[in-house]
Amino acid sequence: MMHILMHGLLLLIMPPLLLGVINKVKAWFGGRVGPPLLQPYSDLVKLMRKGMVLSETTTWVFRFGPVITLAAVILAGLVAPMGRFAAPVTFTGDLIFFAYLLGLARFFTTTAALDTGSPFEGMGAAREVAFACLTEPALFIALLVLAKISGSLTLADMLHGPMSGFPAQAAAPLILVAIGLFAVLLAETCRIPVDDPNTHLELTMIHEVMVLDHSGPLFGVILYTAALKLFILGTLLLHVIAPFQTGLAWLDWSLFLVQMLLLAAVVGVVESVMARLQMRHVPYLLVAALLSCGFGFLLLIG
Amino acid sequence: MALTLILIATLLAAGSGLPGVFLGRSSRWGQRVAVGLMASGALAGLAGACLGLTSAQDRIVVFPWPAMGDSLIGVDALSAFFLVPIFLMGGLGSLYSLGYWPQDQHPENGRKLQLFWGLMVAGMALLVLARQAMAFLLGWEVMALSAFFLVSTEDHREECRQVGWVYLVSTHLGTLTLFGLFSLWRWATGSYALLPLASEAVGLGVLNGLFFLALLGFGLKAGMMPLHFWLPGAHANAPSQVSAMLSGVVLKMGVYGLVRFLFLLPDPPGAWGGLILVLGAISGLLGVVFAIGQHDLKRLLAYHSVENIGIILMGLGLAMLGRSAHRPEWIVLGLAGCLLHVWNHSFFKSLLFLCAGSVVQATHTQEIDRLGGLAKRMPWTAGLFLVGAVAICGLPPLNGFVSELLVYLGLFRTITVPGAGGSAAVIGAPVLAMIGALAVACFVKVYGAVFLGTPRDHDPAQAHEAPLSMRAPMLVLAACCALIGLAPGLVAPVLDRAMAGLLPPGSAPFSVASLVPLDTVGAMSLALVAFAGVLALAFTARGRAARRVGTWDCGYALPTSRMQYTAASFAQIIVTMFAWVLRPRVHPPGIEGPFPRAAGMHSHVDDLVLDRVLAPVGRCVARWCDWIHQLQQGLTQHYVLYILIAVVLMLSTLLPIDGFLSRLFAR
Amino acid sequence: MTSLLNAILVIVLVMNLFALAASRIRALIRIVAVQGALLGAIPLLVPQHVALPAVLMVVAAVAIKGVVIPLIMMRALRDAQIKREVGPLIGRLPSVILGAAAILFAVLFADQLPLADQHEGVLLVPASIATVLVGFILLTTRVKAITQIVGYLVLENGIYIFGTLLIEALPLVVELGVLLDLFVGIFVICIIVNHINQAFSSLDTRQLVSLKE
Repeated sequence: MMHILMHGLLLLIMPPLLLGVINKVKAWFGGRVGPPLLQPYSDLVKLMRKGMVLSETTTWVFRFGPVITLAAVILAGLVAPMGRFAAPVTFTGDLIFFAYLLGLARFFTTTAALDTGSPFEGMGAAREVAFACLTEPALFIALLVLAKISGSLTLADMLHGPMSGFPAQAAAPLILVAIGLFAVLLAETCRIPVDDPNTHLELTMIHEVMVLDHSGPLFGVILYTAALKLFILGTLLLHVIAPFQTGLAWLDWSLFLVQMLLLAAVVGVVESVMARLQMRHVPYLLVAALLSCGFGFLLLIG
Repeated sequence: MALTLILIATLLAAGSGLPGVFLGRSSRWGQRVAVGLMASGALAGLAGACLGLTSAQDRIVVFPWPAMGDSLIGVDALSAFFLVPIFLMGGLGSLYSLGYWPQDQHPENGRKLQLFWGLMVAGMALLVLARQAMAFLLGWEVMALSAFFLVSTEDHREECRQVGWVYLVSTHLGTLTLFGLFSLWRWATGSYALLPLASEAVGLGVLNGLFFLALLGFGLKAGMMPLHFWLPGAHANAPSQVSAMLSGVVLKMGVYGLVRFLFLLPDPPGAWGGLILVLGAISGLLGVVFAIGQHDLKRLLAYHSVENIGIILMGLGLAMLGRSAHRPEWIVLGLAGCLLHVWNHSFFKSLLFLCAGSVVQATHTQEIDRLGGLAKRMPWTAGLFLVGAVAICGLPPLNGFVSELLVYLGLFRTITVPGAGGSAAVIGAPVLAMIGALAVACFVKVYGAVFLGTPRDHDPAQAHEAPLSMRAPMLVLAACCALIGLAPGLVAPVLDRAMAGLLPPGSAPFSVASLVPLDTVGAMSLALVAFAGVLALAFTARGRAARRVGTWDCGYALPTSRMQYTAASFAQIIVTMFAWVLRPRVHPPGIEGPFPRAAGMHSHVDDLVLDRVLAPVGRCVARWCDWIHQLQQGLTQHYVLYILIAVVLMLSTLLPIDGFLSRLFAR
Repeated sequence: MTSLLNAILVIVLVMNLFALAASRIRALIRIVAVQGALLGAIPLLVPQHVALPAVLMVVAAVAIKGVVIPLIMMRALRDAQIKREVGPLIGRLPSVILGAAAILFAVLFADQLPLADQHEGVLLVPASIATVLVGFILLTTRVKAITQIVGYLVLENGIYIFGTLLIEALPLVVELGVLLDLFVGIFVICIIVNHINQAFSSLDTRQLVSLKE
């Protein structure tokens, strides 16, 4: 019970902190002090208190799109286990539910973008759905590898590995899968090198351009959802790259927290040292991720 | 009891269009009578199907048919399972036509539509009931030919006639294959009765022959990928409720044939299941990729039928693999996914086609890039289309997710079992994931371009919401989608019952519910809906208070609705990504000189098989035949000359020329 | 009796050549009428066959071929008011030479056929084949609709001659049926002739090519 409560609390509270960490790291790399770590929280609070401006073109889809997206992502968060603890909801096939909830989130984000009738937002939505066509298979091959190693079809068991820990011959495939998953994480959460969250040219954006017309509380919801998605995919990735456990509950939770912040820092480092890819080169990165996962699977069954 | 009800329903359906034939061309009464008869038939049929699904015994009635031996007819759970969409869509489509194709506005073809609609429903019911090859073929032909007349309803349009011919040729090819199949069956088993074959009854060669004939014949009807060439055109040009029926139900008769027939054959080799799985994966992937390339709303939906048939076939292939590998849980999951997706697809695809119909009725165009902003004018249609779109993308909380989940789990099971090869999963799972992502892309494009934004090319003032007689069928279908999505536990026993006769008799009883926690899935879906609902309520009030301004346009002074992102542009990234198979044709505008004239640009994606293979081959053959055409000048004298030449030649062969010549020169 | 039959058949063959050589449509029609009437009388020359039905048959054949059909055609000719020239595709002399070649071919061919004893020495088979071939030649080389009918008539005459070979075996009803068919056919064609004339202001059947897609 305590763990479920902890899971829920972390899920709801922690995500904006990751954004703060990323920004801080990027600022350090740029030689700036940067905004305070908790700045995203203040932003969210400010946005929630503001009024809303809506486009005349929009319908209810525009207003409910971010909300449905948020609901889907939170539910996905309930399925994904954190650290060595079981997720609040676990059932056979929850991995597919998880992936498809993210699909639902994408459906409504992009539909809401198209609701404005703006060419820029249409452009962003087109990129989002097109790149997802490559990230989804990569994610599923990664899940296949995990399912093969663990022999289980629940996300928790797959990520925690067999009782004895991941076997030695699974190390190489897992490394490849981790690389693939990291690329998937960057693409799904629209970070550099796939997308630059801080860019200021509408023509080159993916995620940011889709939400140009959202304002006030709705924009807050969108920001929060993006952070949440990063957090959830991060938890997934952490299982693969750092499957450590101590056996003590409080130590494990703090370990998870530290790992999560480190991951955010890594994302920040990647953003600082890499340039954004050309838009037409993004599929190459995603295909590379797909191949990496696929190669991992080949190693496993070969 | 169940059989009696269904037979009554079949007769009612078959006769539903008849009274209208004797009434006036523009009298609405014929149509009302037809809808009444069809609706009562549908109710009786659905009641019968429900009885058939619940009652355990499988009663078979013998109808004497002297020429063909006795014909067997019966309802088992599998028949009843397929009867549900037949009668549901039969009734709903008929009701829909009341608003969509009113007799007084279509005096020239309305009665034809009613007559063949009823006949098609009756034909399908008969073929599902049949347990004997000849009765099956009878139902099959009634269905196929009625479908031809329905497809070519608007036979005054050139394109409609053309696709009608393509359909007719392909369906006859399919029937020919089925003739071959049943002749071989008769030769191998000694009877036309469709009863399970004993294990050692026939050799592997004959089994393989039966399998490939069945795959060809039924696959052609189901729209499996290389054999789908007739489908997009036919579905795009038929009236919308007919498209809904064709896509939602008639294609499934091919699936029914495959399921019914393949499970009569004993000991399937592993290659069969593998082949079906690969074909399903190809159909699924290419179906959705081609759908993305389309500019025509109904053609796009038609390609999505190919995609969904692919998913259904993947389930079936998995089940066949399970039979070969003696893994009942694969059979259960694969078959359950296959069957449930048959239901699901018939619900959401019919829903989407009916919505497309009301769009077409309101705007008189099905070109996606001419539409836009309909959600404001047609809120019901827009909302219902959204339900269908989410369902067809296989997203929770609707029904498409449940069936895809079953297939996924089946595929994943093939690798978690130690010792089993994971090739099925490696082919299936990523492809299915990609299909899902592409479907999302495609339906975001359609929904965004057709219903959202601002009107592009059509007159927005003319667009009006569909009448109640059209909305009611759509509502029922949407409710079915939601029900299966939110309470998937309800269909588990139905699936168990439908599969009961197909599982190997000695195997341990697996039920769907024991393999998949459908109740949990349902609870999660409900939670999702409730959660989203609560959040949405919380934001509704703030949305009302919002200020309304124009869309952000980067400060451009004169934005017009033509500047919106078109569906074609939206799809462009993916179309480029798959250009190796789509081969999009772009006709760029010729802009020359300092003062260029008005120029246009258009692009299209031709069908892989029909336009890229069959049509060129046909043209080539036609060119070879051209020289024969020179003999055919239309001059009577020439024809008589041909006869004369033929007569003289034939008579000359009787002349002993050699002897004659030798006599001539010997003298 | 055989010699009389042969004499008639030779006359028929000569008339074939005349038909090919005829330059006026009226003359052509008359020739074919006489040919038909002569042939209609042949059953009377088959000795064991002179009975009431046969006589009726002869009367009917002579009446239809010799009188009714020519009358109908003359009438159609008058109504259509066409030029009286036959207007062949190939000249009259080549036509006659072709016809002679056809007769030669027919005689040669008939020699090769194994015939029943009673038909040995009778010209029935060569005359029949020659007439059929001449009918074909008429059909191919004449362009007006009326001359086409004449060609069909000659063709039919040839078949009729062949039919007399089987006169014992063939019921008269069949013969009468053939006759009726012929009559109705000619009748219909004559009506069509008028329509062609109205539609194309000419009886040249080559105009019909324009109906082709």
